[in-house]
Amino acid sequence: MMEDLSKRVLAGDIRAASRLIRNLEDQIPNTHLAMREIFTASSNSHVIGITGAPGAGKSTLTDELIATYRQDKKTIGVLAVDPTSPFSGGAILGDRIRMLRHSEDEAVFVRSLATKGSLGGLSKAVGEGIHVMEALEKEKIIVETCGVGQQEVDIINHAHTVVVVLVPGMGDEIQAIKAGLMEIADIFVINKADRDGAAKLYQELLNIVAMSKKNGSNAKNGWTIPILKVGSVLEPKEFAKSVELLRDKIEEHYKFLIESNLLAERKRRKAAAELNEALWATIFEPVLNELQDQGETEKMVDQLVAREIDPYTLAEEVAQRYMKK
Amino acid sequence: MSNRRIRILVAKPGLDGHDRGAKVLARAFRDAGFEVIYTGCHQSPEQVVSVAIQEDVDVVGLSCLSGAHKFLFPEVAKQLKEKGAEDIIVIGGGIIPEQDMPALYEAGLKEIFTPGTTLDSIVEWINTNVTARA
Repeated sequence: MMEDLSKRVLAGDIRAASRLIRNLEDQIPNTHLAMREIFTASSNSHVIGITGAPGAGKSTLTDELIATYRQDKKTIGVLAVDPTSPFSGGAILGDRIRMLRHSEDEAVFVRSLATKGSLGGLSKAVGEGIHVMEALEKEKIIVETCGVGQQEVDIINHAHTVVVVLVPGMGDEIQAIKAGLMEIADIFVINKADRDGAAKLYQELLNIVAMSKKNGSNAKNGWTIPILKVGSVLEPKEFAKSVELLRDKIEEHYKFLIESNLLAERKRRKAAAELNEALWATIFEPVLNELQDQGETEKMVDQLVAREIDPYTLAEEVAQRYMKK
Repeated sequence: MSNRRIRILVAKPGLDGHDRGAKVLARAFRDAGFEVIYTGCHQSPEQVVSVAIQEDVDVVGLSCLSGAHKFLFPEVAKQLKEKGAEDIIVIGGGIIPEQDMPALYEAGLKEIFTPGTTLDSIVEWINTNVTARA
């Protein structure tokens, strides 16, 4: 059944692809069997990450980016991540409301994902979802992260080109020199650049870019992080034109990655992250589930609340028990 | 299977722009633990069907207050069937006159909710009649 799913995906069946992504999201047992074939069939898609704060305009930008890539006849896959409620476990996945004009275009496959409790702005299924999109032979795969904030850096494990979207008026220069989001950009976009504060933001970003030459993996290899201004969607022609410039920069960055051999480095990073996740899922999660199922987790929490013991000793005990197995 | 959530598409087909009800429902579904794909107003049946398939939803919830339900709701059900996706349950709501209902059920809609229906009863109907597909 699972193997059957992968064959259908490799034949381009959208329903099968959509189901497979869902199985990955929901961590249905044996889904990895379907992934084996897909993993080895993975192609050379270019993965573009779009990240930034909530309301920065990521979905609208993604929509226009799809439009401009479609003019070049590129096939597109989009994985759009929105947050899961910590209370109900439900989610409202509303990113694609900005991308509806592409929903009848068969060359564009948009899939919404819920974070399902994972931190860092992505869903656990994103890495695998990218492989599914690759199996569908999408040339450009856009991953739009959930807009959670400063520590939203998981995207660098998956994307070749990371676009950080900012809007004027979100903070002072201290925000700009903190670690995290600002460090992972290959391209900065100032969205809604007609707003007050855009010039100041531009100046701050210039400073970051100047300083990052000593840091960041591609900056030190000769990539100057561009800072692009994108205008209001209320001026559709200008908006489209500025997004075309963004597309050109994204393409330029991809070319740079290939020519400088940095693409290989990024692929290694992605592979390492995937190995890490697979090890986690195979080794750690079963232990956790077993402890949970046997009520041991609850007991340990009770002990901790009563301050009878410390978490380090408990962890040590569990480790010793399972290492012997 | 414990991670499986019911996925539901909330869409408003046609020209009717009164989306408050749809938003309230989307929120109620979220609070009920469903994953809601919200596409809002002015959808063509083609768009609704395409999104339903790309998102692998279990249910499509259509809202219509303009009177066009007689055409739009059956059209969505028909196109899902044409795409081999008749297993996706279609439900509708809005200003739906009593006399229109038989034709809508005939067309494949599983349930119709009219004004005065409580959010809880809609959620309960879904929990009873929809299983998140394996």
